[in-house]
Amino acid sequence: MTTWLATVDPLFAHGVTAAVLIIVLVKVVVGFAALMGSVTLMIWFERKAISDMQSRIGPQRWGPFGILQTLADGIKLFFKEDLVPAEADRFTFKLAPYLVLVPALITFAIVPIGGTVDIAGHPVLLQVANPPIGILLMLAMSGISVYGVILAGWSSGSKYPLMSAVRASAQMISYEAALGMTIVTIVLATGSLSTHDIVAAQAHGVWHWNLIRLGVVPFVVFLIAITAELNRPPFDVVEAETELVGGFHTEYSSLRFALFFLAEFMNTITMSAIIVTLFLGGPAGWVPNIAHVRWVFPILWFLAKTVGFAFAYVWFRAALPRFRYDQLMDLGWKRLIPLSLGWMLIVAGFLIRASWGFLMAAMVILAWTVLTRAFTLGQSREEGRDALLPTVGERPLPGRVLRAWTDREKD
Amino acid sequence: MIATAYAIPSVLVFLTAALLILVGAVGVLAMRNPVHSALSLIMTLFGVAVAFVAQSADFLAAVQVIVYAGAIVVLFLFVIMFLGVDRREDVRVEPLVGQRVFAGIGVVITVAGLITLLARSHWVTGAIAVSSSGRALSTGSGNVTQLGGAVFTTYLFAFEATAALLIIAVVGAVLLARRERAADAPGGDA
Repeated sequence: MTTWLATVDPLFAHGVTAAVLIIVLVKVVVGFAALMGSVTLMIWFERKAISDMQSRIGPQRWGPFGILQTLADGIKLFFKEDLVPAEADRFTFKLAPYLVLVPALITFAIVPIGGTVDIAGHPVLLQVANPPIGILLMLAMSGISVYGVILAGWSSGSKYPLMSAVRASAQMISYEAALGMTIVTIVLATGSLSTHDIVAAQAHGVWHWNLIRLGVVPFVVFLIAITAELNRPPFDVVEAETELVGGFHTEYSSLRFALFFLAEFMNTITMSAIIVTLFLGGPAGWVPNIAHVRWVFPILWFLAKTVGFAFAYVWFRAALPRFRYDQLMDLGWKRLIPLSLGWMLIVAGFLIRASWGFLMAAMVILAWTVLTRAFTLGQSREEGRDALLPTVGERPLPGRVLRAWTDREKD
Repeated sequence: MIATAYAIPSVLVFLTAALLILVGAVGVLAMRNPVHSALSLIMTLFGVAVAFVAQSADFLAAVQVIVYAGAIVVLFLFVIMFLGVDRREDVRVEPLVGQRVFAGIGVVITVAGLITLLARSHWVTGAIAVSSSGRALSTGSGNVTQLGGAVFTTYLFAFEATAALLIIAVVGAVLLARRERAADAPGGDA
């Protein structure tokens, strides 16, 4: 038992003693507190950044620059009346917020935020846990958090939340496939599932980062797919205010609503951290040779990269219009899944031998041509109202839509 | 070996997993609401994942949660929500006449088969993580390597056959579900 634990975490090399237990507990508590603290900051940061981009002032009343606004909001929500709709399925209604929150917390546990530190003679990895299944834990947890959204929408016993739930279930399944495929590409190149090994393989400079080593395609696919998994704009059809009132949390109030809100922002932070871990070398970066504080610099690098992605998400929300639902499905199934699958095959080929890589690339191009032909054939066979809706990337210009309608009137 | 196998922690883990599996399985049958049944099914799947981890099959545990809990039951819920959950099925009416008799016979055969299997094979319960060849399963990240090796060498044919079967199922489902729109709306205003 002890031996295999030591292979995943050097902390357990000499068995599980009281000191080791205390270190693990401290790691859990510090990780939890850091995540909670950063969520508060993230909510404030998002509101402030968005308001700057929209030429508003944003939160400014509580604390310097309104930094305590989230705390005030939390207190307000805490004291609001907790309503359960009469039509609701009570047990599921109360369960759903936790199904969103708990996976968000667990996923952060596998993110390495720094190197290895010596505490009282024990080598300690600066991540809460390093399970052998590593990155698969993230996939599993994102699969579980879907239930929170689906069950919240269904159990509300209301029309719009139910629509939101159906949308959520379809969207999550569509984008999880592309997500998994890009993760497979990374795992193939690394040769290990554990996040610690993935980060260690990228530690020797920028050219070893997966972002560059695997070509930029997996990174782009992953970024798009993870944004869809997060239900963040431009993929927030699940909580599209203009169509669905508030989406799955329309009927929620008080603390339960706060839990959904908390989980959403926590997921944003965690997924930024996961992108950094998988593609940007996690805590990798330049470390000046100063005694005793060398361990601080990887953490700073990690924080800087994560904040960069957190800002990117805020920027997406301010800049991009929401996808239409059929465009969302098109992008997931027709573009991202074939692209990530093809790229994975090419990477796998190059990992064996260059000639295999080129052979794979030729095969993928051939398959791509056939697939494109199939799509155009399928599209031309479509008749009826759907034919008026163009696919992703095209804008339905009013003139064209009108012409399509009038042409049909003539027939 | 026996002493380590029946240490208190592993017994506790086994009991928890068994409880999750059994309560979930009974819940699937006993719940009146199909969504609650689906929830119970997730509970069972989690219990099985815990049992896999206890047998140091970490990869299987992860796949169990990702594929079954993360995708398949989500699809179940999707279908339940689309078809409407408010419709209560009357269990006294048999849509297929005589199905209960056949179901009973099926259950008897399955249970008898299980009992003979259990009686004739040697028991590996208690000895943690033994592969079919009797070698110890490697733990940690070696586990995935071992599984991959087995799937792509010894069991390659079965693996590829399963893949082909799934593709056939998907193509068949699309063929059955897809209708020509022009055919069912001759007026053109579909």
